[in-house]
Amino acid sequence: MTHQPYLMRILHDRMASTVLGILIIAAFLVPALNMLVSPDSALHVPSYVVTLLGKYLTYALLALSVDLVWGYCGILSLGHGAFFALGGYAMGMHMMREIGDRGVYGNADLPDFMVFLNWQELPWYWYGFDSFGFAVLMVVLAPGLLAFVFGWFAFRSRVTGVYLSIITQAMTYALLLAFFRNDMGFGGNNGLTDFKDVLGFDLRSDGMRATLFFLSAIAVVIGYLICRFIVDSRLGRVIIAIRDAESRARFLGYRVEYYKLFVFTVSAVLAGVAGALYVPQVGIINPSEFSPANSIEIVIWVALGGRGTLVGPIIGALAVNYAKSYFTGALPEVWLFMLGGLFIFSTLFLPKGIVGTEAIKVAFETQRLRLAKFLRPYDYAPGGDGR
Amino acid sequence: MSTQNHHDTILYLDGVSVSFDGFKALNELSLYVQEGELRAIIGPNGAGKTTMMDVITGKTRPDSGDVIFNGGVDLTQLDEAAIANLGIGRKFQKPTVFEHHTVFDNLELALKGNRRPQDSLFFRLKDEQHDRINEVLSTTALSDARHMDAGALSHGQKQWLEIGMLLMQDPDLLLVDEPVAGMTDAETEATAVLLKEIAKTRSVVVVEHDMEFVKSLDCRVNVLHEGSVLAEGSLETVQANEQVIEVYLGR
Repeated sequence: MTHQPYLMRILHDRMASTVLGILIIAAFLVPALNMLVSPDSALHVPSYVVTLLGKYLTYALLALSVDLVWGYCGILSLGHGAFFALGGYAMGMHMMREIGDRGVYGNADLPDFMVFLNWQELPWYWYGFDSFGFAVLMVVLAPGLLAFVFGWFAFRSRVTGVYLSIITQAMTYALLLAFFRNDMGFGGNNGLTDFKDVLGFDLRSDGMRATLFFLSAIAVVIGYLICRFIVDSRLGRVIIAIRDAESRARFLGYRVEYYKLFVFTVSAVLAGVAGALYVPQVGIINPSEFSPANSIEIVIWVALGGRGTLVGPIIGALAVNYAKSYFTGALPEVWLFMLGGLFIFSTLFLPKGIVGTEAIKVAFETQRLRLAKFLRPYDYAPGGDGR
Repeated sequence: MSTQNHHDTILYLDGVSVSFDGFKALNELSLYVQEGELRAIIGPNGAGKTTMMDVITGKTRPDSGDVIFNGGVDLTQLDEAAIANLGIGRKFQKPTVFEHHTVFDNLELALKGNRRPQDSLFFRLKDEQHDRINEVLSTTALSDARHMDAGALSHGQKQWLEIGMLLMQDPDLLLVDEPVAGMTDAETEATAVLLKEIAKTRSVVVVEHDMEFVKSLDCRVNVLHEGSVLAEGSLETVQANEQVIEVYLGR
């Protein structure tokens, strides 16, 4: 039990305050080094790096959202990519509307892909996306509502463990198939792209890239603060209790399904916000974002960074994605093997991820003993000298 | 067959049947517990003791029969959380505590009060609630372990912590499944004292295998066999019952 005020607790948490500090400094420093330092200087950060880092930060927010449900409530969601993609689509739809008559077909009323499909008028579900405010509302509502409805049925029916993971995969796969269809009205397999600007600012300008980077960094900080507030509250203790002994929590009088529904929905909204920041930076959103493999990859970031730590997943997402960018360039054919290897390595040796240094020592010792027993079984048999 | 009016009982089970895939786990079980009573339930494995607990606490719906709490509340229509909040606490056979929370936090989570998520989010522990936790910590001899993770406790301590969590719920009826399984003799004795102390202010139903322990509880006993009550009375009476000797004690 701590009686320190909320912000003091975070300041006294060295790992958290370091990571948040770096994020806040980077939020200002990276744009400054990009825009204020001359391109000839060694300190200059090129624009493509700003955008790349911004993209990683949206992944960090996504990882944070998965950690909230998986690390603290034991809900292994393998469908969080869907919430991320829905947030992305909502933002993408707004940016499609902002193109106006500057598309290839010069049609002010319809996005290019609809003109191409010979559609005569805008489908009703595209109404309102002309407004930025409405789009932002949808960024929150679309993933939030899906998570709420999905969670309502899943948690009330007491679907848990691996079965829940499987239906979350099914959910994102179903959305993948749906969004692939042209007649869904979301651009089919090409998705939404050719974005020009947001709120009148050119997406390719340095100022806009820097702003998006800044927003992404601050979103991770705010996302962390929200998650931290939740896990430090009594509600946080209840969800950990549910993770560790669900029936005990039920027999204490907690309505487990409401608690799960709450964190699942909050988490989906955070994932949606991450998606909305991601799409303007990469310039495209298509159904591949719904692919089940994407959602599994998020879980790897979380596991590697440290499940149930909140800071760990931020570090994990940044580290894995940096490595991915590097290795897919340098050694493209080995990257997937490395990713798989990393996952196995982290489950064996990093039970608490990169951030759990104490646990790493213990895990190494356990594995060393296991290996020794395997190699020299007689020494460890009863009566052996067992070094 | 009911000889009892349900109005003066804390727990009233009448003609309760439950079957799983044709196996009758409970067969027309009838059982009445008076308010403030300490009651022991014994019976061989598969007699239906745990199923009975499941039915009372809302985990299992009976196929037929009445389950009435406190003289009027129909428990068959409620789920686990609602039943817990009515004032029925349950200790599991295998001690079940929140291993990654401290002993203190375990008790705090069990604290009687509002269980809604929105209230949990902004919950602040009040002084009198803090005092109550300290009280239960000392009742269960866990004061020194308050900051330890519950997972690090000994088996006996976990059993006591779970009983402590029941006390925090401030229930009218406690259902205690095998509280002394795996305990040392000294711990078993202390547990009997603790349960008798608790039974002074609440109704307690104990399911137990350990005859010495049941004897030390010194209370009315029901023998369950094949899903119904075979005999009821003091331990001496039921131990002298021929049928009981045949199905259970004689083996």
